Amino acid sequence: MALAKRIIPCLDVDAGRVVKGVNFVGIRDAGDPVEVAKRYNQQGADEITFLDITASHEDRGTTVEMVERIAGEVFIPLTVGGGIRTCDDIRTMLNAGADKVSINTAAVTNPDFVHEAAERFGSQCIVVAIDAKRVSAEGEPPRWEIFTHGGRKPTGLDAVEWASKMVELGAGELLLTSMDRDGTKAGFDLGVTHAIADAVSVPIIASGGVGHLDHLVAGVKEGGADAVLAASIFHFGEYTIPDAKRYMVEQGIEMRL
Amino acid sequence: MTIAVIDYGMGNLHSVAKALEHVTHENVVITDDSRSIRGASRLVLPGQGAIRDCMGELQRNDLQGVVHEVLRAQAKPLLGICVGQQMLMEESEENGGVVCLSHLPGRVRHFERDLRDTQGQRLKVPHMGWNRVTQHHPHPLWAGIDDDARFYFVHSYYVEAQEDSDIFGTTEYGGHTAHVATGRGPVFAVQFHPEKSARDGLRLLENFVTWTP
Repeated sequence: MALAKRIIPCLDVDAGRVVKGVNFVGIRDAGDPVEVAKRYNQQGADEITFLDITASHEDRGTTVEMVERIAGEVFIPLTVGGGIRTCDDIRTMLNAGADKVSINTAAVTNPDFVHEAAERFGSQCIVVAIDAKRVSAEGEPPRWEIFTHGGRKPTGLDAVEWASKMVELGAGELLLTSMDRDGTKAGFDLGVTHAIADAVSVPIIASGGVGHLDHLVAGVKEGGADAVLAASIFHFGEYTIPDAKRYMVEQGIEMRL
Repeated sequence: MTIAVIDYGMGNLHSVAKALEHVTHENVVITDDSRSIRGASRLVLPGQGAIRDCMGELQRNDLQGVVHEVLRAQAKPLLGICVGQQMLMEESEENGGVVCLSHLPGRVRHFERDLRDTQGQRLKVPHMGWNRVTQHHPHPLWAGIDDDARFYFVHSYYVEAQEDSDIFGTTEYGGHTAHVATGRGPVFAVQFHPEKSARDGLRLLENFVTWTP
């Protein structure tokens, strides 16, 4: 099979700067989003994800301008997420140059929004972000639930059932983040990744917890992910995109070099 | 000299316009105006979403006539992208069967639902990501691009052209050979997204804007 697995560096952007929180505290500045995106593009990233984590509403305009500037210089797929709640939000981001938008909380509060968005813009540009957390105790059959608000608010929704529902409604891709692992560098939660990859027909992006290149390999080989997303291992120069790709190729994974 | 990206109301045309602006100093317009389309020196026919909607919007916006006219006249280069490639064929299996522009003989087929690779591994549909394009025949638009280079795809339906001479690029997926680059005379069309395919994609667009068929 010749379709390459994808590496997607993620830019968490707050008020116009790339930041990376470790479990959402201790945010470190990682630079200007346009410069960071250009660097990853030059390194051979397969896509870029831009997550707007800006808390204040006033700074939202900055995001549109950033997306426009990135899209004018980086010619690989660009996904924009964070605060996408209406079809107008989607249109604004697509017009700014995004290729896909990632819908998170709005999918939980109003699942029909996913359907409406897919009908209007096509499933190919609708990514649903799923933030899952393990809720079963050790020894119990594993079960994961959807959480919102940065992993603080439980919803009672079963993650695997939720993933299937999102695909039925029109999600073209799922961005799965393990809230237990995000920022920990302990590796993806392979259990939930595999359970969801097995349950749905659309591509899965695994996210949350990458600290080492073996984690990327495991996400694909054991988790069954089609793409792997990481932030801090690339932002702070621990690894470059080519380092990661070469390592994955050595482990027998098809990559675009 | 103007390059017109035909806007019939389907999908996001900004990416393709931005990528064209990156490779040429010529004027790039996104337009739904028949006169601008007739007056342009080169045309891009994009397409996104369901093919029935694409054909429907083309008709509703009175653009099918001018596209037919341009295709018949064979006077200027036209680049079809994604559903824009598919629309050049006779018909598509999508949406229970849709009659297309019939510029090239052949049809548009679906990757079946339970697609597997040779090891029995389940393959995802849509076919999304970077896949290899084998250059089936030489073409000026392949200049500077390696055979089997990877391009970015997002699609669930693929072109199956009837005439071997119309096929310029192929991609294997789940045991199917998709004809991902097709064309004849001044028309060239691709299933993948050159505007999202990094250096090789930009090179193809650059080859298009300088192409004299």
